[in-house]
Amino acid sequence: MRARFFRGVPWLAILVLAAVLACAAGGEAILPHDPNDLDLGSAFLPPAWLDGGSLSSPLGADNLGRDILSRIMAGSRVSVIVAFYAILFSGGIGALAGMVCGYFGGRVDAALMRLIEIQQSIPAIALALILAAALEPGLTTVVVVIVLTYWAWYARIIRGEIMALKGRDYIAFARVAGVSTPVIFLRHLLPNIFNTLVVLATLQVGQVILFEASLSFLGLGIQQPDISWGLMLSDARQYITNAWWAITMPGIAIMLTCLSANVFGDWLRDRLDPQLRQL
Amino acid sequence: MNGARFLLRRLVQGLVSILGASLIIFVISRLSGDPVALLVPADAPASVIADIRTRFGLDLPLWRQYLIFLGNALTGDFGNSYRWQMPALRLILDRLPATVELAICGLIFSVAIAVPVGVLSAVHRGGWIDRLGRVFAMLGQAMPAFWVGLLLILVFAIRLNWLPAFGQGGVDHLILPSIALGWYPVAAQTRVVRSAMLDVLDSDHIRLARALGTPERLIVWKYALRNAAIPLLTMLGVYFAAMLGGAFVVETIFAWPGVGRTVVEAVFSRDFPVVQAGVLFTSILFVLSNLLVDLGYGLVDPRIRDAR
Repeated sequence: MRARFFRGVPWLAILVLAAVLACAAGGEAILPHDPNDLDLGSAFLPPAWLDGGSLSSPLGADNLGRDILSRIMAGSRVSVIVAFYAILFSGGIGALAGMVCGYFGGRVDAALMRLIEIQQSIPAIALALILAAALEPGLTTVVVVIVLTYWAWYARIIRGEIMALKGRDYIAFARVAGVSTPVIFLRHLLPNIFNTLVVLATLQVGQVILFEASLSFLGLGIQQPDISWGLMLSDARQYITNAWWAITMPGIAIMLTCLSANVFGDWLRDRLDPQLRQL
Repeated sequence: MNGARFLLRRLVQGLVSILGASLIIFVISRLSGDPVALLVPADAPASVIADIRTRFGLDLPLWRQYLIFLGNALTGDFGNSYRWQMPALRLILDRLPATVELAICGLIFSVAIAVPVGVLSAVHRGGWIDRLGRVFAMLGQAMPAFWVGLLLILVFAIRLNWLPAFGQGGVDHLILPSIALGWYPVAAQTRVVRSAMLDVLDSDHIRLARALGTPERLIVWKYALRNAAIPLLTMLGVYFAAMLGGAFVVETIFAWPGVGRTVVEAVFSRDFPVVQAGVLFTSILFVLSNLLVDLGYGLVDPRIRDAR
């Protein structure tokens, strides 16, 4: 059993994710340079393998001579924090809504499902724009936008699972035995949807990271002097003709992280919850 | 008869969605405290502020304010863009054709890639096209549209100098933004075509056609694809709607004069009437394109029409 569970483990993906987490946790201490340290002398310093590159800045430097590797490592922090809170809240709210809808059905269910339908008539990025216009852009707004976009996704899937579980005998027995509704939710329903929740959360990581990067790129997400991969790309765009590495490196960081999260999520889904295959 | 009732039900649903969207937009615009601050420039004279207060009834209870907002929206009055000194809706409508043009081209690009790759992946299941397609799909899902756009500019506009990177002009101006916009949905579309083709190729009528000695090329590209295209067709509206969402980012990168870029700029200049009008209008298009597909696919597949 144990051996089968570990078959085909995507070690490379896990390694990348672990590295991203380590960078986020390590903070300033593990960075080769201060990510906000200006050094106009090494502005547009190319990566180490090109002529004029230097090993002290292996991925080169940006227009203000800031070390790109250090900035990418520092930027991982925002990605991890946003992903953590966004998934925690969208998963939590979505799972609760889905459980309530699926278990009780009726009017609550109809009302919530209609709400989801209506909300999905606004494109996520448009919702983000209008929220950013009304609130201050920043980390909190990014999280709020992502939660608003994704809770419905959890709610729909969990609702379907609960509707199938509800008819099982053991739920009926529990009810007859006088088990209170909150206990049924926590003890009898939640453990059964836990695998699904874990899989959904893992599959969401990549999407959250892309979303945060897009918002920050548009200037509606993370603000200077905080560092985010999307924000780095937004900066680099202005001197795209001078330094191709400034526009490629943070993008590669985004791509590798999302790719690893998706590969890991796919693997986890196949192991824990193959029914979610279509996702 | 059945069809008419289905049509009516979907129309009402669409209307409810649009009303709901307007309510959400209204609520958000009230989140930040005094909405007048959002609707007028910071240096607005007191008379303008008073005018806005009466026009949008900001001293009334919230539900009446919403009705007034809705009434104004229905008559096309979102207030004036104070940056451009013209009605916000006019501004959005002026930019709309450019966005629709780009979204359609993005859609054409994605379908033009997804259909052949999906068909070939299904026909040569497990072959090199199938495997390569899967690798590209994984990569595609991990690359944000704006980064794809930047890389395209870097390679094709700056390095090779083949194509223009900014603005609207001839067909050549459309190529890079369309690829950037159509990039993301290619993976999903390929998967849809592939699995539909696998189903169809396994069906009785295809086996019969094979038994009758119909050329394989004809079987795959005509008889099988015609059936396998239905799931893709039914989802085209969803993809088109996704293009409208993606347009906000892609238009900004390529300086494309459409609704998306206008709204993004309006957010920065705190031009709230334009943001409201733009977001509501995108939502209406979003709902409409989903609706049109629902209504349209009865035409493609009589089975679906009758089943409802």
